[in-house]
Amino acid sequence: MDILRSMKLSTPESLSLESLPQRRQATVAAIDWSHLSTPEARRLRELGFDEGVGVEVLHRASLGKGPIACRIGRMTVALRRAVAGAILVSPVTQ
Amino acid sequence: MTAAPLVALVGNPNAGKSALFNALTGARQKVGNYPGVTVERHSGKLTLPDGRIVDLVDLPGAYSLEPSSPDERVTRDVVTGTQTGERLPDALVVVVDASNLDNHLRFALQLIALGLPVVVALNMFDLAERDGLTLDPLKLSAELGVPVVPTVAVRRRGLDELKILLGGIVDADAAIRLRPSNHAIGEDIVTLQRRARKIAQAATVEEAPARRWGNALDSVALHPVLGVLLLFVILFVMFQAVFFAGAAPAEAIASVFDAVSGLVKDVMPDSVLRSLITDGIIAGVGAVVKFLPQILIMFLFILVLEASGYMVRAAFLMDRVMASVGLSGRAFIPLLSSFACAVPGIMSTRTIDDEKDRLTTILVAPLMTCSARLPVYTLVIGALIPNTKVLPFVGLQGLVMLGLYIMGVVGAFVVAFVLRRTVTKGASSGFMMEMPKYQLPRVRDLAIGLWSRAEIFLKRAGTTIAFTTIVLWALLSFPKPPEGSPVSPVNYSVAGRIANTIEPAFRPIGFNRDIVLALIPAMAAREVAVAALGTVYAIDTAGEQSETKMAQTLHTRWSLPTALAFLMWFVFAPQCISTIAVTRRETNGWKWPAFMVGYLFALAYIAAGAAYWAAIGFGL
Repeated sequence: MDILRSMKLSTPESLSLESLPQRRQATVAAIDWSHLSTPEARRLRELGFDEGVGVEVLHRASLGKGPIACRIGRMTVALRRAVAGAILVSPVTQ
Repeated sequence: MTAAPLVALVGNPNAGKSALFNALTGARQKVGNYPGVTVERHSGKLTLPDGRIVDLVDLPGAYSLEPSSPDERVTRDVVTGTQTGERLPDALVVVVDASNLDNHLRFALQLIALGLPVVVALNMFDLAERDGLTLDPLKLSAELGVPVVPTVAVRRRGLDELKILLGGIVDADAAIRLRPSNHAIGEDIVTLQRRARKIAQAATVEEAPARRWGNALDSVALHPVLGVLLLFVILFVMFQAVFFAGAAPAEAIASVFDAVSGLVKDVMPDSVLRSLITDGIIAGVGAVVKFLPQILIMFLFILVLEASGYMVRAAFLMDRVMASVGLSGRAFIPLLSSFACAVPGIMSTRTIDDEKDRLTTILVAPLMTCSARLPVYTLVIGALIPNTKVLPFVGLQGLVMLGLYIMGVVGAFVVAFVLRRTVTKGASSGFMMEMPKYQLPRVRDLAIGLWSRAEIFLKRAGTTIAFTTIVLWALLSFPKPPEGSPVSPVNYSVAGRIANTIEPAFRPIGFNRDIVLALIPAMAAREVAVAALGTVYAIDTAGEQSETKMAQTLHTRWSLPTALAFLMWFVFAPQCISTIAVTRRETNGWKWPAFMVGYLFALAYIAAGAAYWAAIGFGL
């Protein structure tokens, strides 16, 4: 947890997948497992979420609280916002 | 004698496993069930180049050997040799999506570590090339330590090579043993994933940035406004097709059953046996089989939506609405299927991994207006709702019909909302799904899918439904009144007596004795209510004229409040033995079907009573 917090502070560019602007390339910086249930965490792993993997928000279902569709590796995955909020990303500087 | 070697097809969801299975086995396949669970077992025969026959079984797609749904559990249990009713496979064909190697190789590594002979099918090789990926199968084979063959299942490419490789590793005489310490099962998923990514990188010669040709489509399909609009257009077309295109073949089937019944009446003397055959078996089975065209059209749409990859998009769009009552977007697919019939709808809840989510979806599925309610609605609305126009092009009868559909959907949402806070309380399971690439569905795969559905449906019509209709026929036919008795045979029968006994309980909600009597045989299947009312009113229901005559009879004998109460009853009442049976199977016991039947009857009673008294209050 400490690493996570320090990371948040040390890299001002780091933000969560939920707030990542659409079509902005990024990599997974860290995943806050404490915000996820065990099955959620496992499924997230199984879908390939891991530190260093390329990620991008493709679509948002609605303006409110609908799920988001994102690219992880070469796969497209639908997630709810709460889960996306637990995934910290660092945008790739272009 | 030794059985043919068993080979299992196994891999991630969306790896194109089923297409490969269809390409390898063709029409020589059958769909069964694993004992104790309702996971479908797809199996078929495959001839190796050397002439040997191999049993091929298509296992449910899974992400890892750690199951999170009944489907994935079966996959794990089969490949580890612990599934009852299935022997340990002699070899595995591990199917991976060539354009998604880093993810699919992780499961492949787990499977290879089990120690069974393995061939890896590098499937959808053409799509990977189109995505700008150049892969080296030999390099991949060296990295994994097992043979790898590029395949394109839908174009039948690579199948011969796959069969040759399979012939080399399937040795019927060798004693197959699982590696005693299958360390990779316990190995951390992260470590495995990283190894998989490294191997995928090593096997990738060239990688253009992922070209997302499906993205443009998704910009519309997943759009908050356009996407929802598109979904409703698709649903509208689907229901139109089911109810209009399906009607003519349904009538044709009904007339065939009528003709057969007439033929039997011509050649057989009037007897109890003749009555059993015509009134019992032919009428009962016919009443159900005539829904086959509508159900197949519904399934065709669902298969196309699934095979094209759109279904997950629909789930994505609906997730927010579903979440508001504590369900997930995944529940949308089973609930949509339930408009055709709750039985396949309930069966398709298996893809929902969360137990409570799944249970709630099963419990509300019967509230979706299935096609069996349609004949009942049509008859009663036609007889008692005036055919006036509310607005230009908007008739009152159609409006009432639509209202009944909406009532079911609203009911399902309210019930789900209440259940998720009481009986099936628990944290929301969330919604996390892989979105498959868009693909043009193959006619051949659709045909195979439709055929297996039709087979299951007809088999059930020939067994369960035939049996229940015989029982109900007996209840309606025995005992016979003595010669010259003024009491009608129906009244004198067991069913008639039951109806007379329980009728007072239904009087407060406006039901007369005839309705109560019709409800008894309609327990087998809702549409039987129409035939039962016909019997009760002693009308010959053969031919078109009698339908009008029956509508007239209803018009004179039923008041409008009674008709409305009857319609409301059919919106909610669990009048279908098959649904109750499938719920018992899917939930492994009588507890949940009993609960479902109880709450639905209670709802039906309350809703019918409310409609009756409201109508009387308004002076209708």
